Amino acid sequence: MIMRFIIPSLGTVIELTWQHVRIVTAAVLLAVLVGVPLGILIHRARFLAVPILSGAGVLYTIPSLALFAILIPIMGLGMKPAVTALVLYSLLVIIRNTAAGLHNVPPEVIDAARGMGMSSLQQLWYVELPLALPVILAGIRVATVMNVGIAAVAVYIGAGGLGELIFRGLASLNMGSLLTGTVAVTALALMADLGLARVEAALRR
Amino acid sequence: MGFLEYLVRNNQQILLLLRQHLELTFLSVGISVALAVPLGLAATRVRTLERVMTGVANVWQAVPSIAILALMVPILGIGFAPALVALTLRSFLPIYLNCYVGVRSVDPAVVDAARGLGLDEGNILLRVEVPLAAPVIAAGIRTAAVQNVAIATLAAFIGAGGLGNLIVQGLALMDTARLLAGAVPTALLAVGMEILGAWGEKVFTPKGLRVRTS
Repeated sequence: MIMRFIIPSLGTVIELTWQHVRIVTAAVLLAVLVGVPLGILIHRARFLAVPILSGAGVLYTIPSLALFAILIPIMGLGMKPAVTALVLYSLLVIIRNTAAGLHNVPPEVIDAARGMGMSSLQQLWYVELPLALPVILAGIRVATVMNVGIAAVAVYIGAGGLGELIFRGLASLNMGSLLTGTVAVTALALMADLGLARVEAALRR
Repeated sequence: MGFLEYLVRNNQQILLLLRQHLELTFLSVGISVALAVPLGLAATRVRTLERVMTGVANVWQAVPSIAILALMVPILGIGFAPALVALTLRSFLPIYLNCYVGVRSVDPAVVDAARGLGLDEGNILLRVEVPLAAPVIAAGIRTAAVQNVAIATLAAFIGAGGLGNLIVQGLALMDTARLLAGAVPTALLAVGMEILGAWGEKVFTPKGLRVRTS
């Protein structure tokens, strides 16, 4: 087997990294917008917990490549199906952690808030959500790190990003491209992990 | 439903790919269990090992699966063997972690009672701690198995076969029937593995613990 070793230019790497970051950020933000309200919902209406968590659980279980493939006939190629798939994957972690975070708020605190005359919505916004924030953020961190990895596969459905270097390397047996992509994706995942862990630690204090 | 027709017409090929997929998944999880369970048990006894593994685990969890697969190519080339190594490396950690955490969270009072009964350290581990930790250990194996069904799909990229092959071909040819013939069985396989794993967890729960978990 002949392996070539051509390292892609720094400009290309930066551009693809930026694409990668954009896909992941968009997906995580959308997942938060959908997942946090669903987490609040199953915390307040317990009977919905089993159906919602099971649904999110099935989505989470489907292999990423298969989910991408299933989305293509529906949404075509490009960034849209990629972001959709990443959002669907992130839902379980975000819903579960939101509900867990709210569940862990001490009942005395909620009683005190009620005693101060806060409405149900005020309790949620001023008391419960701030106290649940570290746990919610832990879910966001897990989802982000996971999405950095899955987004590397999303290149296969034409979403761009660092996966392009990996797959280009695999297709043409260009080890320089393959290694650059691999190292960049890994570094991005580790940075997201460490960065969000810092934020989480700061919030817990 | 063009893909159902595709499935029926190419059933021999699909069964072969399914077999490759299952071989890759079960073999890698099997090797991981054989390596990770003893290491997890050892880590509950050896402090240095525990510390090293915790450090490794934190970093390893963040490394994307596709990166692990891709890294195998310059080292081991393409095909079944490099994919097997990558999947084993990936499934090692959830099994190790659950084994270690499971044994660690056994009630110390129970261990004390066993010691009071005169059991030696080896027997305490094998007859008290491991059975009590079994549901947690089984949960780790379940996580690893479901995850490896998914990563085995990606193994098609490094020439290891499996159902991912159909997805890759379907994408290259823009053949929706072939695409779905790979994707739908893979998704069902993953969900099936999850259900099998949940059943396995129940089986491995000692009778005395079943009352609480329903």
